[in-house]
Amino acid sequence: MFGNLTAYDNDLFDPFDLMRREFGQLFEDRSGPRGIRSVMAGSYPAINVGAAPEQVDVYVFAAGLNPKSMEISLQQNLLTVSGERELEPHGDAHYYRKERRGGAFRRVITLPEDVDPDRVTANYRDGVLRITVARREAVQPKRIEVK
Amino acid sequence: MNERRDIKSQDRREVQEQAGQQSYLRPAVDIYENSGGITVEADLPGVSRERLSIEVDGNNLTIDGEIGVEMPDGMEALHAEIGSRRFRRSFTLSNELQADKISAELKDGVVLLKLPKREELKPRKIEVTMG
Repeated sequence: MFGNLTAYDNDLFDPFDLMRREFGQLFEDRSGPRGIRSVMAGSYPAINVGAAPEQVDVYVFAAGLNPKSMEISLQQNLLTVSGERELEPHGDAHYYRKERRGGAFRRVITLPEDVDPDRVTANYRDGVLRITVARREAVQPKRIEVK
Repeated sequence: MNERRDIKSQDRREVQEQAGQQSYLRPAVDIYENSGGITVEADLPGVSRERLSIEVDGNNLTIDGEIGVEMPDGMEALHAEIGSRRFRRSFTLSNELQADKISAELKDGVVLLKLPKREELKPRKIEVTMG
C-alpha cells in the first residue's frame, strides 16, 4: 500500500539496529497506540502538521521532488499526498554512502475535523511542500464583548 | 567495529545531536567517487541559499543549514517528524581533494557538492609490459 520508501531499516542482522528497534518499541508502547497510518521514523518524506485558529498547515519535507509527480487530495479531513523522487543513477561511481531514498511514496494524514476541503492551497519551495487548509469559521475563537 | 558503529549511528536522518541547547538534524547524504573526485548530495529540505553555509576549516567540511519555513502566529504542532530547524553534518577531507575548488549547487532542498581531486593525483592507468 505504501511506497517502497517506507521500509527504511533493512539490515536485520545488525546488532545496533536491533537494539535501536527494541528501544523504539519500548518507547512506542509507552507512548500509547500509534495512528494506523503512521510510518516508521526516518521515512521519506518527513511531515509536520501545525494548527492555527484559521488554518491547518501541512509541511512535507521532500527535497528534490519532481513537482509534476506530486498529487494532493483532500477527502473531508483525510489528506493524501503522493509523489515520486527520481534519483539519477551514477553508474560509473563508487558509493560510500547511500542514505537518500528514491522512488514513490504515499502518505495519508488525518487533519482536524473542522477543515474546509474547498479552501486548500499548496506550494513547493526549497524542497518543502506546504499545504494550507482553511478551518471553518465556527471553530475560530470568538471575542465576547462585555457590556 | 568502531567504524561500523559510527556509520550505523549516522544512518538515521532524525538522530539529533545535543550540542548545548541546539539540536541538529542530520541530513541524509549520498557520497560517491569517480575518477574526477568525490560528490556529496545532501537533503536539506526547507533550506534556502541564504540560510545554507558550507565551510571548510582545515580538513573539516561542514554543511549547515537552517529551515526557513515561515509559520503563522499562534501555530501549534499537531504532529512533528522534524523536531529542529537546523541541519548539520561534518566530514573529514583527505589530502588529495582540492578544498579550494569545492563547488556547491542547491536546488529544491538538495545540495550538490563537488570535491575535485588534484590533477596530479587522478588515477592513471599503468601499463604492464611483458618480458
